[in-house]
Amino acid sequence: MIELKQVTRRFGNVVAVDAIDLTIETGEVCVLVGSSGCGKSTTLRMINRLLPHSAGDILVDGKSITTMNPQQLRLNMGYVIQGTGLFPHWTVARNIAMVPRLLKWPQARIDERVRELMTLLDLDPATHADKYPQQLSGGQAQRVGVARALAADPNILLMDEPFGALDAITRDNLQLEMLRIQQQVRKTTVFVTHDIDEALKLATRIAVMDRGRIVQHDTPENILRRPASEFVENLVGRQDRGLKLMSLRPVRELMTPHASPKRSDPGADALKEDDSVRLALSVMLWQDLKQLAVFNARGEETGVITRERIMQDGL
Amino acid sequence: MRVWLPTVLLAALLGGLSVGMSVLEPLFAWVQPDTSRVIYERESFAFLLYNHLMLVVVSAVIGTIAAVAGGIFATRPAGRDFLPLVSQIASIGQTFPPVAVLALAVPVLGFGEAPILLALILYGLLPILRNTLAGLEGIDPAVREAALGMGMSPLQVLLRVELPLAGKVILAGIRTSVTINIATAAIGSTIGARTLGDPVIAGLVNGNTAYVLQGAILIGLLALTADSLFEALERNWDRHSGRVRPPVFR
Repeated sequence: MIELKQVTRRFGNVVAVDAIDLTIETGEVCVLVGSSGCGKSTTLRMINRLLPHSAGDILVDGKSITTMNPQQLRLNMGYVIQGTGLFPHWTVARNIAMVPRLLKWPQARIDERVRELMTLLDLDPATHADKYPQQLSGGQAQRVGVARALAADPNILLMDEPFGALDAITRDNLQLEMLRIQQQVRKTTVFVTHDIDEALKLATRIAVMDRGRIVQHDTPENILRRPASEFVENLVGRQDRGLKLMSLRPVRELMTPHASPKRSDPGADALKEDDSVRLALSVMLWQDLKQLAVFNARGEETGVITRERIMQDGL
Repeated sequence: MRVWLPTVLLAALLGGLSVGMSVLEPLFAWVQPDTSRVIYERESFAFLLYNHLMLVVVSAVIGTIAAVAGGIFATRPAGRDFLPLVSQIASIGQTFPPVAVLALAVPVLGFGEAPILLALILYGLLPILRNTLAGLEGIDPAVREAALGMGMSPLQVLLRVELPLAGKVILAGIRTSVTINIATAAIGSTIGARTLGDPVIAGLVNGNTAYVLQGAILIGLLALTADSLFEALERNWDRHSGRVRPPVFR
């Protein structure tokens, strides 16, 4: 758990972060979102003490970070940044092994951990382990960045616009990957972005920041339904909100389940239980259908979702 | 080991000529037909070469330590304010002609090796310092940020990340500095240091072009040998750090 209590950061006379209070529960993904210069990156960098805070207190698991050795503190916090910050003179494997080496793990354990993480991040160890960072594509490099941050199994993950420099398709893939990995490892994550859609997709709770203050801290659904101010309302998009809310909701919640799963042959484009209601509606509109079959991960048909139901209860 | 081949060949030629210059006696006799002695014999070339080399090596070691330390200091958070000052001092060292340093240093340090060592150290500082600064400043800030943010201490960041990444650029600075100083060391002969400049000065004083040529050839060969040695070192650096690999098509 990370607690920020009345934390302030000044640069000269400029107040970058203004007496914010924020509690991030263990295992949740807290996304700090706001326009550039709102203090979100500054907030993140204060948590691992890359920047000292001017006033207030930051507690990690109940202990004030100022009482801890900064190196020890950071070794227990994975850190992923936009430019990846991979070490160009080290191979992929050596980059991932950085923190375990600092912690002086035995070599055999390091090798095994590197292989495990590369597999988790969908990088084939045989082809990529001995490459150098400049031989990787942007998406691959950022996967290595994430693997490096997870290497020593830290309790906390800090991510500063990690997918900001990637193209839309790669970004989408990595976001999905992150959701999948987060389900497996459950790290307490602080994620900084300026992209509200990324925030809605990844967050357990979103903290919207504006001019050094937190203007709203709530679940994605509540941020969309009950924006605390005009600023938040503009950020989430006034008109687009209906569809954004639908994209938070899995099909599972609105479908009419069959008594028992039916065997059948789902096409490649078949709708899955975890897909969003927004996607289901889009498919129906495009194919001009009144209802759609829903499949589970094993490819069995588990129910149907109707256009009528979406219109009634979609929001 | 093909990278080392030019160095070995040049070094063999240099060594061979410094012990067996007399092989070329007919050539020098043709250059300087009116004198009986065409090969410089007041001191053995091998001794002069050794002394010349030592002056350059000692000044390069001291200069490198000073310049790299200065460059590191000036790029640390605590030393950043001194960055302009440090580069100015090095620039002054470079603009001050070595001859002037000798003229000023002889009354204080006396004749011999000391004044020329001082002049070489001052003259060689700038290329090393400038390259140290360029190498350290040229590192992607994200790399330094990641290294610190993942838990390396500032010393670990310097030794494991910054110096290995800046090393090739620093090495190029040392190469420039050493090559220049091999030529500059010859003027030490004017104040009693024993260098390969001795035959050159003697030749100029006595009107013996053959002497001048012998000194100049050896100095030139020494500079080429040193340069090719650094060339090989730089290539080796690439291999170990893996920074230049055949590009991979994505």
